[in-house]
Amino acid sequence: MIWLLAGMFMVTYIPRLIPFLFARQLDLPPWVRKWLNLFPYAALGALIFPGILTAVPGRPILAAGAGILAAGCALFVRNITVIVVLAITVVLLFQNLGIP
Amino acid sequence: MSNGLPIALGYLPVAITFGILGRQAGLSVAEVTGMSAWVYAGASQFLAVKMIASGVGYFQIVLATLILNFRHFLMSTVLARKIEVPGHRAAALSYWVTDETFVVASVHARPEGLSALGFFTMALTAYLAWLTGSFVGGMFADLIPVGIVDGMGIGLYALFIALLVPSARKHWQFALVASASALCAWGLLQLLPGLSEGWALIAATLSVSALGTLLPDVETRS
Repeated sequence: MIWLLAGMFMVTYIPRLIPFLFARQLDLPPWVRKWLNLFPYAALGALIFPGILTAVPGRPILAAGAGILAAGCALFVRNITVIVVLAITVVLLFQNLGIP
Repeated sequence: MSNGLPIALGYLPVAITFGILGRQAGLSVAEVTGMSAWVYAGASQFLAVKMIASGVGYFQIVLATLILNFRHFLMSTVLARKIEVPGHRAAALSYWVTDETFVVASVHARPEGLSALGFFTMALTAYLAWLTGSFVGGMFADLIPVGIVDGMGIGLYALFIALLVPSARKHWQFALVASASALCAWGLLQLLPGLSEGWALIAATLSVSALGTLLPDVETRS
């Protein structure tokens, strides 16, 4: 087990570390900088969908509904913590009330 | 700290689920918590316990971890250019780059950059929640019904959505790039059923943000 953890540590840490050692000094052309600036938003999109459909095991519609609710709230509420708690609460309620 | 709170709340139930599944796969509480402390990569950890449970060799698990987690290389590349920090400290900070700390830090970063202290407090809060949850899940694996904590994983999706919505409203380019990237990731997984989710995310994110450079510049107010 110690060797597995050591191996997993190396392959997760090294890819995180290398850019911090080298990417900072690089003088990148403007289009690459624009590319990197858009990267977080593209990542957000791909992190949300389609993964959200399997966020609540066996309940894709409940998960999607909680996501839409979170999006609706985000139009009015700036506090991200509130939205996270709300989504979790809604899913817990529906799971425990046995609503299909 | 305040930026780390929603991540911590999102991590807790996921980490508890991980602790429970880890115990069910035959790991001890120390091994479950140790994996969270030393690997600190949610999706890879879930995959690892699944592979341990089905008797897959360590080398294959490490290889699968590398593939699934390689996206952090790209995320670190973006963050390294935004966080102002000297080399030896950057080596420590980079350990805490996750999907969640990356998106929160980069969406909240001002054009002039992000303070190292701000990233540190946020990332530490998230990390401690991940450790605590793994320990609690491992400790009380027999008492907590996994079906309930499992569904609480929705919290992290709510976090991503809550981050995206205000930016997407402000700049249509961000809305377009995010939607196109989501569709692209979905399409790739449909077309290539064997593709790992890690690669689908990398391919969709890289290609769609590259295409996005053709869009008009985002006007940033300074």
